[in-house]
Amino acid sequence: MQTDQARPDSDPLKTAELWTRDGRTVAIATVIETWGSAPRPVGSHLVIDQDGNFEGSVSGGCVEGAVVSEAIDVIETQTPTTLEFGVADETAWRVGLSCGGKIRVYVEPVSNGR
Amino acid sequence: MDLSLLSQLNAERSARRAAILLTHLETGNQRIIRQGEVEDTDPLASELESRFLSGKSGQVETGSGTYFLTVDVPPTRIVVIGAVHITQALVPMAKQAGFDITVIDPRTAFATEDRFPDGSLLAKWPEDALLDVPLDAFTALVAVTHDPKIDDLPLQRALEADCFYVGALGSRKTHGKRCERLMEAGASEGNLARIDAPIGLDIGAASPPEIAVAILGAIIKALRKGTE
Repeated sequence: MQTDQARPDSDPLKTAELWTRDGRTVAIATVIETWGSAPRPVGSHLVIDQDGNFEGSVSGGCVEGAVVSEAIDVIETQTPTTLEFGVADETAWRVGLSCGGKIRVYVEPVSNGR
Repeated sequence: MDLSLLSQLNAERSARRAAILLTHLETGNQRIIRQGEVEDTDPLASELESRFLSGKSGQVETGSGTYFLTVDVPPTRIVVIGAVHITQALVPMAKQAGFDITVIDPRTAFATEDRFPDGSLLAKWPEDALLDVPLDAFTALVAVTHDPKIDDLPLQRALEADCFYVGALGSRKTHGKRCERLMEAGASEGNLARIDAPIGLDIGAASPPEIAVAILGAIIKALRKGTE
């Protein structure tokens, strides 16, 4: 995957698998659309566990905090959701997507169906 | 995402095979499509094929809703047989264009740290060096030593491994003889036709750095446009 050029060792999808096998409950966030100068490309992933531990990046730090707290909800409800952050959005102001871009992030639970 | 689907996807990635995870954003339904396994009847067939070539993830709107395609294409690498002048120019250019590049040459006069100070060099015979850098469909092989003892084996391996680009330096006459040797070694005619020779795009390249440009152009064309 043409993932994280800055941190080639970081592989959120492999981490998601590892954490789930370890018995942690996990969600995966994926950047599905960007406008303007969004810092991370479409297809970037962030993996989050039920305690708010995370690895990867969807925005280079701007909205990770908000995505993590939404992801914990997704883990509880086991229902995917789509989040939008941007300059026109109050949350984005608050969380500080200062780069002036807009991003949409899809957050889904990893289900350990067996 | 189901854990079994996630581990399937990761297995494809670890094996350096291209795959697309298709997610229906309204329902959350997901499936994996491997490269070369796109059904003609799939309504997303042409979208999937072009995504495999571009390597870019993205959304697509269809009559049945919006899908997100997580496109997983292994990082492409270039393996060069021959630490010659052309290669000295090719290495930095290829790196700038985002390729991993490895240079293999057993001849100690050519394979020196001075000429290749960036650690891209393996001063071994291809037979041994290729154990460290296995060839696959996301690797381009460039053979530029002019020496059959060094070039022939990796060329044959590259065709067998279905490298997305295989190029060999030499005139048409040299290449004709090369093909005869490779055929004797078991290569098929169809496979031999895949070798780009004379090597590189036909841009009238004259100097070693210009030939490096022609080679890199041919590699990018094969990667982005496929074999036409």
